[in-house]
Amino acid sequence: MQRFLTAFWIALLAFGNSANAQDSDLFPDIPKALYELETPHPDDIRINHMNYLRHDRDATVRLGDRGIEFSLKSCIDCHAVRGPDTSFVTIESDRYFCKACHISVGINIDCFQCHNSRPEAVDFSGLFEADASGVLKAYLEEISQ
Amino acid sequence: MKLPMVNNKKTDPTDIGRRQFMKSGAAMVTVTLAPGVTIMAYGGSAESQANPATRWGLLIDVNKCTKDCDECVTACSKENGWQDTGNPETDAQWIRKIDLLNPETGLEQSLAVMCQHCEDAPCVDVCPTGASFKRPDGIVLVDKHTCIGCRYCMMACPYKARSFIHEPVTDQKPYAPRGKGTVEGCTLCVHRVDVGGTPACVEACNTTGNGAMIFGNLNDPESEIAIQLATYASSAIRSDLGLNPGVRYQNL
Repeated sequence: MQRFLTAFWIALLAFGNSANAQDSDLFPDIPKALYELETPHPDDIRINHMNYLRHDRDATVRLGDRGIEFSLKSCIDCHAVRGPDTSFVTIESDRYFCKACHISVGINIDCFQCHNSRPEAVDFSGLFEADASGVLKAYLEEISQ
Repeated sequence: MKLPMVNNKKTDPTDIGRRQFMKSGAAMVTVTLAPGVTIMAYGGSAESQANPATRWGLLIDVNKCTKDCDECVTACSKENGWQDTGNPETDAQWIRKIDLLNPETGLEQSLAVMCQHCEDAPCVDVCPTGASFKRPDGIVLVDKHTCIGCRYCMMACPYKARSFIHEPVTDQKPYAPRGKGTVEGCTLCVHRVDVGGTPACVEACNTTGNGAMIFGNLNDPESEIAIQLATYASSAIRSDLGLNPGVRYQNL
C-alpha cells in the first residue's frame, strides 16, 4: 500500500499539472521555508530529495566533504517551522515540514532518531547584509502571520 | 530527466593539470538507463574532502596533564552533546581521564584517553557492516547510518574508546548526530577539523587547561606535532599491539 501511495504521489507531483495538483484538497499543506533559494526547484527536490541526502551524507561522513549543497542540516535550517510559542517545532509535531508530505504518503522517516530536527540557533546575520531583501521579506512575512 | 549538479562550488583556477584530472574523477556521473531511470554517482569535489596525504594526530604531554584538570572532558561533552545521565556503567565516554600509580616508585600520573585513531584499527577490522571506518586522513569514525549496534567494535578496541547509546537522545548538536542503538566515540571533532579548526579538547586544554595537548598533521614534517615527535621521546599506549595510533603521549 505504501508503495502504491508513493508511486501515486510521485506520479502526481512529477507528471500531473502542478498548479492543479497543488489546488487539490489531497495536496498536503506544506509549510513555507524561512528563506528563498536563488534557483528554487521544488519539483526536483520533491522527487529526488532522498537520493540527494543519501549520496551527500556519504560524501560528508566518509570523505569529509563539508561543502555539499543538499545537506540535511541546511534543509532543517531553512524548513524550520515555528510553533504557537514561536520556538521551532520538533519532528514530534504534525506541523513539522517533513511530516506534511510524509504523513500523507504514509512513510516513516528515521533521520531524526539521530539528527536534531530543529536548527541549533537562529542566524539573523543575513538580515544585515546588503542583498538580504528576500531574507528580510520572508522573515517579516513569517512574523506577521 | 536532467538532474542538477550536486556540487557546484567554485574551483581554484590556479592549479590545473593533476588537480583537473583528480576533479574529473570526483565529479558527478549520470547514466540514463531508460526514460525516468537514472543512476547517479558523485563524490563531491576533491578539494574539500579529507586529504589522504594528511594524517591527523594528537600529542599529549603527561607531565603537563594534571590530576585535578578535566577541561578536555568537559569541552568534549559540551561540544558533542554527550553527558552523564547518572548511569556510569552505560553512559557515553568519548574521552576520559585515567590516573596511574606506579607502586614501585610511587609516581602518580594522569592522562586523557580517547579513541587513539589507529592506523590498523581493530574496530574497523571487526565491523560486520563497514560502519566503523577510517577516513582517508586517518580519523576513525562510526557511520551511524550503517551501524547496527552489534558492539563488536567495543569488544575489539583495546582502549575502551567506544560507547553504546542505550537511551533515546534528543536535542543533539547538528554536527554530532547521536541516536539510540548505535556505537559512538571520539571523532577528533571532524566537523571542526574539516573547516580548518582544532578539536574541542585541544582548544580547551590550551586555553583553560594546562596546554598539554598538540593537534596536527603527523605527515607534515613542518607541523609542531611532527617536530615534537621527532625531537623528544614519545610513546603510544599498548604499542605492543602494533596498531600505530594517531594519539601519542610524552613522558608516560
